[in-house]
Amino acid sequence: MSTPAASTRWTRPPLIGNPWLRWGLYLGVALYLIAAVSTLDVNWLRVLDGLSNGWRVLEGFFAPDFTTRSRDIWQGMEESLTMTVTSTVVGCLISIPIGLGAARNVAPLPVYAVCRSIIAVSRAFQEIIIAILFVAMFGFGPFAGFLTLSFATIGFMAKLLAEDIEDIQEAQAEAIRATGASWWQVVNYGIQPQVMPRLIGLSLYRLDINFRESAVIGIVGAGGIGATLNTAMSRYDYDTAGAILIMIIAVVLVAEYASSHLRKWVQ
Amino acid sequence: MARSRLASPGQDMLRVSSLSKRYKGGEDALRGVTFDVPAGQVVALIGPSGSGKSTLIRCINRLVTPTKGRVELDDTDITRLGGRGLRRARRLMGMIFQEYALVERLTVMENVLSGRLGYVPFWRSFFRRFPQSDVDKAFALLERVGLSEHVGKRASDLSGGQRQRVGIARALEQDPALLLVDEPTASLDPKTARQIMRLVCEVCRERDLPAIISMHDVPLAKMFADRIIGLRAGEIVFDGPPAELDKAVLTEIYGEEDWTQIHPEHEVRPEESAEDRHAHEERMAGLR
Repeated sequence: MSTPAASTRWTRPPLIGNPWLRWGLYLGVALYLIAAVSTLDVNWLRVLDGLSNGWRVLEGFFAPDFTTRSRDIWQGMEESLTMTVTSTVVGCLISIPIGLGAARNVAPLPVYAVCRSIIAVSRAFQEIIIAILFVAMFGFGPFAGFLTLSFATIGFMAKLLAEDIEDIQEAQAEAIRATGASWWQVVNYGIQPQVMPRLIGLSLYRLDINFRESAVIGIVGAGGIGATLNTAMSRYDYDTAGAILIMIIAVVLVAEYASSHLRKWVQ
Repeated sequence: MARSRLASPGQDMLRVSSLSKRYKGGEDALRGVTFDVPAGQVVALIGPSGSGKSTLIRCINRLVTPTKGRVELDDTDITRLGGRGLRRARRLMGMIFQEYALVERLTVMENVLSGRLGYVPFWRSFFRRFPQSDVDKAFALLERVGLSEHVGKRASDLSGGQRQRVGIARALEQDPALLLVDEPTASLDPKTARQIMRLVCEVCRERDLPAIISMHDVPLAKMFADRIIGLRAGEIVFDGPPAELDKAVLTEIYGEEDWTQIHPEHEVRPEESAEDRHAHEERMAGLR
């Protein structure tokens, strides 16, 4: 074997070229972290107290009680599922025209601006904030929840649909336009077939999200299983709360599997 | 058919006069293009990339709006039409595309029937309730292009040559008075390319249908066309029978090159030119 020729060492060039700046930044971040942690005022006595409380909660969850409050649980579940399905259907239906209007390659500028701002408003607020508003407007109960989830669905679906429409293979739509088709016919023949699989997939995915959200917004009074869970927790009914959590997990799992299967089948 | 397409024999079907197009970017894609096409004539449009072939074809059916000049089909000035009138004019012009431009997720039959969209109301097309005569015609055309067994397949399940046959059937389903063909063979292998060109020319002869076919492949153009128009930088630099297309003319169109060495199969696809990009933007803007 011949001796290798003199080799040149190679190291990956650093992200920040200037060594002063680089090491300065590292040092600054480290100092900030130390300073930030030192301002945290942890009361260790309360942590000790909390530990025993936490143990009681866990105990409840390990011995879930489905029977004592079964009526409340079922009612909450039913409300949640109703809310989920109705809001997904309504939200998706409304999001189709808005999504069309928010696609730059299909809609004229004024329509585009209006639809994009609807989407922006809907996406600006987290579900809980919208739920608080709707509960204040329409009172406690699942109706406020239904409105919240529908509203949130519109922003989510319309945005993703619009982006999908902007990504279509435009040659297909152009060919349809060249046949003398009207605007609606171009949408129906040139665009809809291209975005349909994703539209269905997204609706199923949103169904998933809406169920999980329905459990959350119940806590601020928008009905459903979240409200039941909240009541159980404030009554220190940890075994009932455990039962509710298990049911939520079960429904989410079932929805997850079902929707992923459906999506595969649609593709 | 009730529609009288041919006012009198020998009359020009299509008349293009001093047609110009300037894109938003400022470049002139067409500069005063003038030519007539009589019934039944197959015209090949050749020229280097960016010479305005695609723009010219799209100005004729107004997928691109020309800046100046007139396009008359059967004495209707297409450049002045809008809305319903434009759609009526478009349905008389069947178009065949380079990458087939079929709706991939629709069936072969739906793709062919989409040629009738300019004739049927929205609800009929939405529920796929086309008049029986349209469906009969579609079956006949699919048989003509040799795709009878593939009626119910998705367009995406077909090979390139088969897809282009569907594209031809879709164009003919329109009962066109004119065929506009944009590089029909650019994505096909040499043998399929010839078959497709032969099919296009055959149907034109059968129906006395004029056609304008843009293409890169000069030997193929000479083989099939009745007449060749050479474009360079948006201007017509040659217009005559294929026999007159010699070395000097090719140099005039494409620039200096050894023309005995042409390999049509190994055609280089140049990068997208600025014209292509602006043309694309404008075509898509028309969707709105």
